[in-house]
Amino acid sequence: MWEVFVRTKAGLDHKHCGSLHAADPKMAVQMARDVYTRRQEGSSVWVVRSDQIVASDPNDKDMYFDPAEDKVYRHPTFYKLPDSVDHM
Amino acid sequence: MYTQAMDTMRDEGGDKPALRTAEEAQLQQRFDNRIDAGDFIEAKDWMPENYRKTLLRQISQHAHSEIVGMLPEGNWITRAPTLKRKAILLAKVQDEGGHGLYLYAAAETLGSSRDQMLDALHTGKAKYSSIFNYPTLTWADVGAIGWLVDGAAIMNQVPICRCSFAPYARAMVRICREESFHQRQGFDSLLVMMKQGTDAQRAMVQEAVNRWWWPCLMMFGPPDDQSPNSAQGMRWGIKRVSNDTLRQKFVDAAVQQAEVLGVTFPDPDLRWNEANQHWDYGTIDWSEFWRVVGGDGPCNRERLADRVKAWEDGEWVREAALAHARKSELKEAA
Repeated sequence: MWEVFVRTKAGLDHKHCGSLHAADPKMAVQMARDVYTRRQEGSSVWVVRSDQIVASDPNDKDMYFDPAEDKVYRHPTFYKLPDSVDHM
Repeated sequence: MYTQAMDTMRDEGGDKPALRTAEEAQLQQRFDNRIDAGDFIEAKDWMPENYRKTLLRQISQHAHSEIVGMLPEGNWITRAPTLKRKAILLAKVQDEGGHGLYLYAAAETLGSSRDQMLDALHTGKAKYSSIFNYPTLTWADVGAIGWLVDGAAIMNQVPICRCSFAPYARAMVRICREESFHQRQGFDSLLVMMKQGTDAQRAMVQEAVNRWWWPCLMMFGPPDDQSPNSAQGMRWGIKRVSNDTLRQKFVDAAVQQAEVLGVTFPDPDLRWNEANQHWDYGTIDWSEFWRVVGGDGPCNRERLADRVKAWEDGEWVREAALAHARKSELKEAA
C-alpha cells in the first residue's frame, strides 16, 4: 500500500490525494499517474509506502494542538496599530 | 456509477450499542457532538462500531458497483461505431475502474483489506448496484447508460460529497468531478443519433431508453416509507437526502432532457403536477428490484462469473509483479 502525493502545477506543494496498491516503487508511480492524474491534475507525483508514514495520534489531537490556541500574539492581527501604519 | 440505497436496509442495531464503560460513553458523546456540529470524522478517529460497519458496507458496495459497472459498457469498446466514440468509451470505462480504486482505498481506511472485500464480492456475499445486472444489447445502450444511469448516479453521489466520513467524502468529490463527463458524453452520443441518424437509429435510442428508465428509478433505492434505517444514516451524516427526494429530482431533470433529445419515457402516468411543481411518475415494480438485488436479474450470474474470471486470470500477473519486486529488492541490497 502506497500513499500518493500530487503537485498540481509547478510552484505548488505536493498534496496528499489518496492511496493505492502496487508491488514496487516503479509500479506505484505509474499507477499513481493512471489513477490520480488522468486529466492533467498533476505535474509531479510522489509515492510513499503507507507503513512508512508516522502520524500524530488523533486521540491526542486536543492536547497536542490546543496549546497554540491561546497564543494569539503569534498572529499579525493581534497587533492593533495606528491606521496610518496599519498596512505595513 | 453508484451503489444504491439498499445498504441501509440491514439493521445494524442503530445507535444504541451496549456501552460498556464510562470512557466509551464519553467517546460516543464526543462523536455525536462532532456529527451534530457538522464535523468530519477521519479514519483514525474513534467511531461507534455500527457507524464503521455501515460505512464499510456502503463504501465497499459502492466500489464493487464501479468495478462491475465496467462490464456492461466494456462490452461495446471493440464495437464502438467510430474511433472518437471508442476513445471516449475507453476513457469512461477507465474512469470507472479509477472510481473503484478511490473507493476501495477509502474503505480500507476502515480496517478491511482489499482481498477481504474482493472475496466478499466474488463469493456473492457483497452486493453491487442492481443496474449493472441489465444487458447492453445495442450501441444506444452505451449512450443511455451515460445519460440516465450516470445521471442518476450523479444525483445520488453529490450529497455524499458532504458525508461525515471524510475519506469517503473526499473520494466522492473527485468522482463527481469526473462523472459529469460520463453523463454528457452519453447524452451527446444519443443526440447525434436522434438528430442526424436514420429512423432505425432513432428507434434504437427510444428502445434503449425504454429498457433503462425503470431500472434507473430503482437506483435510488426503496421508497422512504420502506427504508427503516434511513433515519440512522441521516443521523450519522452518511445519508443527506432521502431516496424519494433524489428520485423526484432525477425525474424532473430527465423529463426536460428527454424533450431536447426527442424521446419519451415508458410511463403512461408521467405528468406535470401543477400543485407541487414536480413530475408525477407511475408505480415502480419493487418486486423486480428485489429480484435483481437478490441475484436473479438478467445478468447477475454472468457479471459475477466475469469478475471472478478476471481475478483468477490475473493471478499470475500479480504474482509475477511481486516476484519481480522481491528480486529487484535483493539485487539492490546486494
